[in-house]
Amino acid sequence: MSEPSDTSRRLRPSRAVRSDAALGRPAGGRRARGARGPSAWAARAGRARFPLGAPTWPGGVPRPTPEPELGVHYDTAWSRRYPVRLARAVVLDNVTRPLARLVAAPELRGGEHLRDLDGPVIFAANHASHVDTPLLLACLPLPFRHRIVVAAAADYFFDRRWKADTFTFLLGAIPMERAKVNRRSAELAADLLDDGWNLMIFPEGGRSPDGWAQAFRGGAAYLAARTDRPVVPVHLDGTRHILPKGRSTVRRSRTTVTFGTPLRPGPDEDARRFGVRIESAVAALAHEAATDWWTARRLAAAGSTPALRGPEASAWRRAWALPEASRRDADQHATAAGGPPGPEWPPRRRA
Amino acid sequence: MSPRPGFVLDVDSSTPPTLFWRGERLSLERLPEGSRVVYPPEPLDPLEDPSSAIRHALLHPVGDREPLPALLSAGMRLTIAFDDISLPLPPMERPDVRQLVIEQVLDLAASAGVDDVELVCALALHRRMTEAELRHALGDRIYDAFAPNGLLTQHDAEDPSNLVHLGLTDRGEDVELNRRAAESDLLVYVNINLVAMDGGHKSVATGLASYRSLRHHHNPVTMRHSRSFMDQDRSELHSANWRMGRLIADAGVRVFQIETTLNTDTFPGAFHFLQKREWEWKAKDRLAYAAASAALDRTPARVARRIFHSVRAPHRMTSVQAGEVEAVHALTTEHVWRQQGVAVEGQTDILTMGLPYISPYNVNSVLNPILVACLGLGYFFNLYRGKPLVREGGVLIMTHPTPWEFHPVHHPSYIDFFEQVLSETTDPVEVADRFEEDFATDPWYIHLYRTGHAYHGVHPFYMWYWCAHALEHLGAVILVGGDTKAVHRLGFRAASTLTDALEMATDVVGPSPTLTHLHAPPLLLADVT
Repeated sequence: MSEPSDTSRRLRPSRAVRSDAALGRPAGGRRARGARGPSAWAARAGRARFPLGAPTWPGGVPRPTPEPELGVHYDTAWSRRYPVRLARAVVLDNVTRPLARLVAAPELRGGEHLRDLDGPVIFAANHASHVDTPLLLACLPLPFRHRIVVAAAADYFFDRRWKADTFTFLLGAIPMERAKVNRRSAELAADLLDDGWNLMIFPEGGRSPDGWAQAFRGGAAYLAARTDRPVVPVHLDGTRHILPKGRSTVRRSRTTVTFGTPLRPGPDEDARRFGVRIESAVAALAHEAATDWWTARRLAAAGSTPALRGPEASAWRRAWALPEASRRDADQHATAAGGPPGPEWPPRRRA
Repeated sequence: MSPRPGFVLDVDSSTPPTLFWRGERLSLERLPEGSRVVYPPEPLDPLEDPSSAIRHALLHPVGDREPLPALLSAGMRLTIAFDDISLPLPPMERPDVRQLVIEQVLDLAASAGVDDVELVCALALHRRMTEAELRHALGDRIYDAFAPNGLLTQHDAEDPSNLVHLGLTDRGEDVELNRRAAESDLLVYVNINLVAMDGGHKSVATGLASYRSLRHHHNPVTMRHSRSFMDQDRSELHSANWRMGRLIADAGVRVFQIETTLNTDTFPGAFHFLQKREWEWKAKDRLAYAAASAALDRTPARVARRIFHSVRAPHRMTSVQAGEVEAVHALTTEHVWRQQGVAVEGQTDILTMGLPYISPYNVNSVLNPILVACLGLGYFFNLYRGKPLVREGGVLIMTHPTPWEFHPVHHPSYIDFFEQVLSETTDPVEVADRFEEDFATDPWYIHLYRTGHAYHGVHPFYMWYWCAHALEHLGAVILVGGDTKAVHRLGFRAASTLTDALEMATDVVGPSPTLTHLHAPPLLLADVT
C-alpha cells in the first residue's frame, strides 16, 4: 500500500477545468457595440486572454528582476545586418536626403577633407537640433553615408522600445551613456570602429539649450586615441532655427555644414587635451561659417577664435551675442525675396 | 543568468493555462486551483569546447581503464558500437554527438595504425536505420569511409552466425552477444544518455544482444519490479543488465565505454515556446503558439507529423566521460540528474500528462496506440525516483489523439499484436504467456526485421511490458481526445475533454482529489519524497 496523498492540496470544486476554447476571446462576453478604431482595438488587445493577451503571473512564483533591454543594454546588432542596412540606405537616399535638402537647404563646405580619408573615421559635430543627425547623414559622401553608426543618448533615444527600434533602424543609432562613463557604450563604439564602421558623435552630449555650444566631453577623443582613427570636426550652422530644443514643429531655414581637417591625437597627447583640440577645431569652423575662411584661419592661428560656448553672461546677453542675431535682418530680406524663412521674431511663447 | 532548476508550481487563480501536448497538436488547459505542475529545469550550459572535452575523456578515463591510445595498437581488432535512432529525442542538429566522439576515436585508431576497425549500430531488436539516418548520426565522413566497405553494420539479433553465447549469469540468464563485438580486442561503446535509464551495462548487454538474452529482463515480472527504470538501484531491469555486463567482462570482452549527456534544449527557433514557462511567454511566444496551434489543427495529421519529425533538437553536450563501464555510468547518471532532477513532495491522486508526437520507437514514423501507451505508462509514468508521482490506485490522464494507425514498414508485428493479442487480453503476464513465443519466432517478422526496416516481432510485447508497472499501480487510465475504439482496445477509458476526464477520475479516487501535471517535454525526473 502506498501512503495516502496529501490532502492539503485538494482541488477547489468551484473551479472547473477550462480548455482553450476561449482563446483570444475578450473577457466579459460580447463586445460593446460602437467601439471601433485603433484605440478600441488596442483596448481589446489589452483585454485579450492568454495566449493572445499577456499571461498572468502565478501567485506563488517570485518575479525575477527583468534583464535590462533598453538604454545602454539595447542590442543594436540587428540594425547592422545586410537587409536592414539596405532598407536604411533606401530610406536615407530616397526620403531623408530629399527632406533634408527641402527643409535645411544645406551649403557644404570642406568636403575635400573627406576625399583622401581611408577607413573608418569619427565625425564630431556641435549639436543644436534633432535635425543635426539626418542633415549630417544626408551630407556625407557615399563611402561614409551607408556605413555609419550614430552615438545617441541612451537615456533619451533608447528609453522606450519603439524609440530604440525606430532610431536604430533609421539612423543606425547606438546607445551612448552621457550621464556617466559607461564601459559598455565605449566598448561597442570601439568595436564598431575596429569593424570598419564610421561613427558620428556629438561631443556636447545633448542639444544646445540656448544656441551656444556646451562643453565638449571626452568620448570622441578617447575613441580616436583607442582605435587610432581620425576625428573629422564638423560644424552645423543654422539647424537651431529649424527645430531647436523645446520646439516640436519644423521650420525651414538655411544651414551650413562645414567639414574640417581630420585630426589625430599627437604621440604625447592624452584624450583630454585632444578633446580640447577637437572643440577648438569646431569653434574655428563655426567662426568660418559666420565670417569667411581666411578670417577664421587668421584668428585661429592667433589663438583668438571666439569660444563656441559663448560669453559668460546672463541669458539674455548670451542670446544677444549669438552669431545669427547679426544675420537676422539678412534672413528677413531673404524671406521677402522667396528664400527660406529665418527664425521667427519675436519668438512665440509655447502653449 | 545560470539556468534555473525545475520546480513545482501551485496553481492559483492567476496561473495562466498550461500547455498540453496532444501528439502533433497543442492545447492550453486551465487546471483547477490547487493543482500542481511539475516544471523541468532549464537547459544547462553546454560544454564550451566539446572536442577538447571528448579528447580529455579519452586520454583520462575513469575506473580501471587505461587511456584509449594505450589500448590501441597495430594488428588489433577494434569494434565501435553506438546507440541507434532511438536516441536522442528529437534527433539532434548536426553534428550529432556520436559523430564527434567516433571521429576522435577513429583519429586515435588511425594514429595507432589499427586497420581492423568495424562500426556496429547497437540496434537490439529495433528497426535498422536508413542510410540518411546513419549519415545524420555519424556524419558523411565516417559513413563514406566505412559503409561502402561493409565495415558499418547494424546488429542482427537473429543471425546465429553473428552471435556468440558467453554463458549464463548466476540467475541462469543467457548472455548472447554480437560476435564481432565479443571477439574484438577492444569494444568501444559510444552512448548518448538522454535519461537515467540509458547507458551503463545496458548499452552492450541490451544493445548488442539477441532475443534469447533479452527475454530474461524484457518481461512483465522484471518490469513490475523496476521502480523505476530511472533509478538503477531499484530497477530489476538494470540489475539483470548489470549481471550480464559483469559476465561479459568476465568472459574477456574488454569494453571502453564512452558516455555523453545532453542538455534539455529540445526545441529550436519557432518552437522554443514549448520549453518555456507559460507566464514567461513573450508576445513572440504567444504568437508562435497561436499560429502553430491554429495551423496544426487545420493540417492533416500526416503533414503535421512530417513537420514535427523534421524538427532537429538543438541539444548540446553537457558532459562526456570514458573508461570502465560502471565508473563512467556513475558520473553520467549524476550529470543526468543535475539536468533533469526535480524535487517533488508527496504523491497525487490524479496525474495528468500531455503526450508528444515522438517516442524512442517512432522516429520518422507513426506513434501508434501501443506506443502511445508505452510513452505514457512506460516512460513518462516512470520518470520518478522514490515513489511514483501518482499514488497507488490513482488515475493517470493522458492527452493524445491515439489514432488507429500503424506504420506498416516499421511496425508490422504491432498491427497483429493490436488486432489479435490486445483484443483477447491486456494483462501483460497473460500476453507474455500466451502469445510472445509465436510472435518472437515468426519467420515473417524475423525476415522483415533482418532485411527491411521493421521492429522485431516481439517488440510490441516489450512495449506492453514497459506498461506493466503502471498498469499494476494505477486505478484507471484515461486518454483524452483519443480514438475511442483504439483507446478501449488498450483497456483505457476515453474522454473528450480534460473536464470529462477529471469527472471520470473522481469515480475512482473520490471527490476533491489532488492533481499533478507533468510538464514534459523537455524531460524531467521527479525525485518524489
